[in-house]
Amino acid sequence: MDSRSDIAIETSGLVKTFGKTRAVDGVDLAVRRGMVYGLLGPNGAGKTTTIRVLATLLRPDSGTVQVFGHDVVGEADAVRGRVSLTGQFASVDEDLTGLENLVLIARLLGFSRKESRARSHELLDAFGLAEAAGRQVKNYSGGMRRRLDIAASIVVTPDLIFLDEPTAGLDPRSRNQVWEIVRALVAGGTTVLLTTQYLDEADQLADRIAVIDHGRVIAEGAPGELKASVGSGALHVRLRDPEDRPEAGRVLSGTLGVPVHLESDPAALSARTSDPGRVAHALAELSRSGVPITDFSLGQPSLDEVFLTLTGRTAEADDSTDTEEDAA
Amino acid sequence: MTAPTTSTAPSQEETLRSALSARKRPQRANALSASLTFGWRALLKIKHVPEQLFDVTAFPIMFTLMFTYLFGGAIAGSTGEYLQFLLPGILVQTVVFITMYTGMGLNTDVTKGVFDRFRSMPVWHPAALVGALLGDAARYAMASAMVVVLGLILGFRPAGGVAGVLLSVALVLVFSFGLSWAWTVLGLILRTPNSVMMASFLFLFPLTFASNIFVDPKTMPDWLETIVGANPITHLVSAVRGLMHGTVAAQQVVWVLLISAALVVVFAPLTMHLYRNKT
Ligand SMILES: Nc1ncnc2c1ncn2[C@@H]1O[C@H](COP(=O)(O)OP(=O)(O)OP(=O)(O)O)[C@@H](O)[C@H]1O
Ligand SMILES: [Mg+2]
Repeated sequence: MDSRSDIAIETSGLVKTFGKTRAVDGVDLAVRRGMVYGLLGPNGAGKTTTIRVLATLLRPDSGTVQVFGHDVVGEADAVRGRVSLTGQFASVDEDLTGLENLVLIARLLGFSRKESRARSHELLDAFGLAEAAGRQVKNYSGGMRRRLDIAASIVVTPDLIFLDEPTAGLDPRSRNQVWEIVRALVAGGTTVLLTTQYLDEADQLADRIAVIDHGRVIAEGAPGELKASVGSGALHVRLRDPEDRPEAGRVLSGTLGVPVHLESDPAALSARTSDPGRVAHALAELSRSGVPITDFSLGQPSLDEVFLTLTGRTAEADDSTDTEEDAA
Repeated sequence: MTAPTTSTAPSQEETLRSALSARKRPQRANALSASLTFGWRALLKIKHVPEQLFDVTAFPIMFTLMFTYLFGGAIAGSTGEYLQFLLPGILVQTVVFITMYTGMGLNTDVTKGVFDRFRSMPVWHPAALVGALLGDAARYAMASAMVVVLGLILGFRPAGGVAGVLLSVALVLVFSFGLSWAWTVLGLILRTPNSVMMASFLFLFPLTFASNIFVDPKTMPDWLETIVGANPITHLVSAVRGLMHGTVAAQQVVWVLLISAALVVVFAPLTMHLYRNKT
């Protein structure tokens, strides 16, 4: 038992190309057992491709990829015995009912007919799908489908689960349910690798985050570290009277010690900070100097801001006509 | 049978945690039981989407009626005579045509996420395909029953009796199982189910029409007779006719079995190679 047995996923120099597209372009990852690891990145960053390589669905073009010490190419079968995949797009059979889907997976994993039904009903109950058990999945809502999808991945609780954008397109309630499930999985000892486009989600769930862009890891660390490296969120203030803006700007920059940005809304200002103590102080100063405000908010940096800071361009700009290419 | 339900319902969170705490991993399903499970999936699909049986039933009825009554008199002198000749051929044509749905079905499947799940599971990988083919066999059997019953109603009288008919259907199923592997290759290479259908038609029309299904090759020009004689469908039809009318020669059946085996030997490994490396 050396320290390597601690490692769930280890990749080095992972490359996967599709024709001219370098979907994954030299990714090094080290994911310890029992943690939630987030891959954060915009559309086309290479998240899904990375997961598909890890789940033995794609062969890497170069680099080494090990899952629990097994090579994903040479010992694919050993890897498959330890992991489960919940793909980005429903990895359940739409024509079948929820119950049939789970029984199918259970039977394939080797449960007897009776055990399969018992386990399926147990999961349907636990995931709040008991009522819908007999309905075809094509009639499920997005949230129900996602939950069934995850349930299908834990018919046998895996040692490592891949969740590819598990909350994309879900309403806040469904998203919370998925987060609950992820937390319960980790509490039970499963390692989770999830992808997301939302810093907020990575922050909520992940112990460590890798930010990917154009197939490369451009930042890695605990969410706190990452946010600190990015700078911070922003304080947004709206004044009752636009006339007060110069005065408010002076007070805020004085108390916060950072430059104040004047928004296009003539009554609004913002400043990059995430220190609630200073913010409270600054707001108190504002009211002391007689500047009435209608509202304020203290936001986390968005993925967009993370990207802006890390790459000097916005996340959407995939058609990149980068002007400040080496800003990072 | 179902999970035990207690009168005091535990909270959602407790049920969740307890469902996740089960770490029992059973012994892996063996190749046969995995294949049968996938076969069960195929049958469930027929149950949930019964429309797909429409072609299976419409095709043979149309062809039998059309050929018997439109051309029967001209080809064989009387429609009754012709039906005795035609029906075994129609059985072959019907089933051979619906084998192409295997390729279309697979093509539809692999583009969906559920196949990613299957491929990332520790199961014997050919099971997904073998199972689908087993499910298709159920469809072929239904179509065969249709054709035979229709024939009997119209006046088809097989001298080979029940045994002859059953054996001939079995032979058609064996051949179709082999042929299906050719369509699974197409299903994995081509991009859309529609292109799979078009490509299959391209093979199936010459195969079925340049055969002895509708007319005796002796009436054809020599060069065509040679081509028809080399057509595997011709061998199958001869064997099926022989079985149904009780005039079969063992070597006819052996030929069909050899052709079927050859189809599997060539196309099954190719299919599996493509399936494993599908991106
Ligand atoms: N099978 C494929 N064939 C060709 N190109 C592909 C294939 N799969 C992915 N790509 C390309 O590889 C790049 C990375 O795609 P990938 O799906 O991994 O991104 P992603 O981070 O998951 O994006 P999203 O957030 O949109 O899901 C993209 O440019 C995509 O077009
Ligand atoms: Mg993706």
